[in-house]
Amino acid sequence: MLTSLVHVCLAGLSKGMFIWLVASGLTLIFGVLGVLNFAHGAFYMLGAYFCYTLLSLMADNFWLGLILGPLCVCAVGFVMERFFLRRVYHLELPYQLLLTFAFVLIFDDLVKMVWGAGSIGSPSVPGLSGSVPILGRLFPTYSLFIILVGPLVALGLWAMLERTWAGRIIRASASDREMASALGVRVPALFTAVFVFGTWLGAVGGGLAVPYVGLLTPGMGESIIIDAFVVAVIGGLGSLKGAFLGALIIGLLSSFGTSFIPTFDMFLTFILMAVVLLWRPQGFFGEAA
Amino acid sequence: MSRTWIGRLCWAAVLLGLLVVGLVGSRFVLYLAMRVMLLAIFALGYNLLFGRTGLLSFGHGAFYAGGAYGMALFYLHLNPDPLLGILVGVAVAALLALVIGFFCVRHTEIYFAMLTLAFGMMVFSLIWNLREITGGDDGLVGIGRDPVFGVISIARDGQFYFLVLLCFALTLWVVHRIRSSPFGLILAGIRENHQRSEFAGVAVKRYRLAAFVISGAFAGLSGALGAMLESNTDAFSAHWSHSAEPILVSLIGGIQTFSGPVVGSAVFVVLREVIERYTENWMLWFGLILLVIILGFRGGAMGAIERRLGGGES
Repeated sequence: MLTSLVHVCLAGLSKGMFIWLVASGLTLIFGVLGVLNFAHGAFYMLGAYFCYTLLSLMADNFWLGLILGPLCVCAVGFVMERFFLRRVYHLELPYQLLLTFAFVLIFDDLVKMVWGAGSIGSPSVPGLSGSVPILGRLFPTYSLFIILVGPLVALGLWAMLERTWAGRIIRASASDREMASALGVRVPALFTAVFVFGTWLGAVGGGLAVPYVGLLTPGMGESIIIDAFVVAVIGGLGSLKGAFLGALIIGLLSSFGTSFIPTFDMFLTFILMAVVLLWRPQGFFGEAA
Repeated sequence: MSRTWIGRLCWAAVLLGLLVVGLVGSRFVLYLAMRVMLLAIFALGYNLLFGRTGLLSFGHGAFYAGGAYGMALFYLHLNPDPLLGILVGVAVAALLALVIGFFCVRHTEIYFAMLTLAFGMMVFSLIWNLREITGGDDGLVGIGRDPVFGVISIARDGQFYFLVLLCFALTLWVVHRIRSSPFGLILAGIRENHQRSEFAGVAVKRYRLAAFVISGAFAGLSGALGAMLESNTDAFSAHWSHSAEPILVSLIGGIQTFSGPVVGSAVFVVLREVIERYTENWMLWFGLILLVIILGFRGGAMGAIERRLGGGES
């Protein structure tokens, strides 16, 4: 009993960490740009596919693929922000949401055209491909590695935002765009930078997911973006701390749900989202509107 | 001749044209026309909430599915009467919209959108997982079309078409009445400035809820007719990606016009049919169209036409 509980927890944590990697970029972009990016799941998907292709091209060096793949996706993110998103900041919310939704449609179909509509099997990572016994039952080493990566990314983000000059400028622009602009911050350039950085986070999540999910499908972005929305909402839109906690909660909840009440697994996630939105719309750590 | 009369003549011509299509059209044309009308019913109702009241919902697929599954379950387990079935479907959808809307209208903007997404996906997850009742990913199959009042056959598509046309015409009339009623004007007032409406003594939340339920009921009507047309139900009709369809359609046609959702539905269905002849990737093209609309033609097709004609709503 204890063994299975621990294993369910671990599985939940590793799942939560993937959602966190996607939700962190989503949250950062929302916090600074004020845009909820539907296409963020597409960056996760593109990250996975780019890494996969680079892997098969370059003698299976996973780590090199993980560095180069997301950089390619960053270029995509740059084009999207610089030439499209920038034109709709002044418009009402539905238009911003729908612009990013248009990119979901475009990216999903482009992936289908380039890589085919079927699923692609993914390779394993040398050194992390086995399993380790935990309390007498085997647990994939790679999932343990992910559970380590998640908090490291969180720590890195925290250090960057709280301890560096760039982070201070980002926080300043997030809290008061006009004031930051008046003080000499080049806000449009900053927006582009933050968007590209958020894109990179999502794409790294996708790259890391390549060995984890086992199969790449064109719909993989859509399923994770909804989880990431849930996480970003319950943590408080724009709050990274909240997104991290939210990702842990959703990961564990869905892991326990899948193991114990599979019928209501998805239902639980969304009812939690609705309850948090109703009871505390600003989420756990968001500032009251 | 005033603009109202030109508008009325146009609508009469459209309905007459659809009537002729029903009499002479091939099976394929009939099916396509029915798909256009079903989507138009969905979008006309939806746009009361989106274009009129200014609320962006990502959960209306749930009400479409509510209508479809309500109708289907009633048909399969209780009574095969078609009109009764449609009524039950609409009632189920409206009730669902009442319950969900009760919670959702407490927020606006992004929080409203996220709440409707959450509730819609709750409905989807129930349909997906309660296999014994809903058939899960297979959906419910074997929905027949018994004669109306026991005598008028609607079994063939050529016959069922006229029931769809009747429902479409009714929807047009009702939505038009709602838009030009004091109630409809208050909805527009809420969209423009909800605080001012509040101070003017309007119970904003109650009006929002009313718009939510009405749009949900039309989604249910569309769903019930859709289930009859396809003779099965689809779990994914409750998914959020299906909720995006009426948004897309309204935008293509123009969200600030009455005729927008209808024009948008025709463009959407026909264009999709054409694109699918040449390529499987119709989503890519709709993505591009959506981009162009948002960046350049936010009034949609009818908005552009009206601007050319100069002012007023048709």
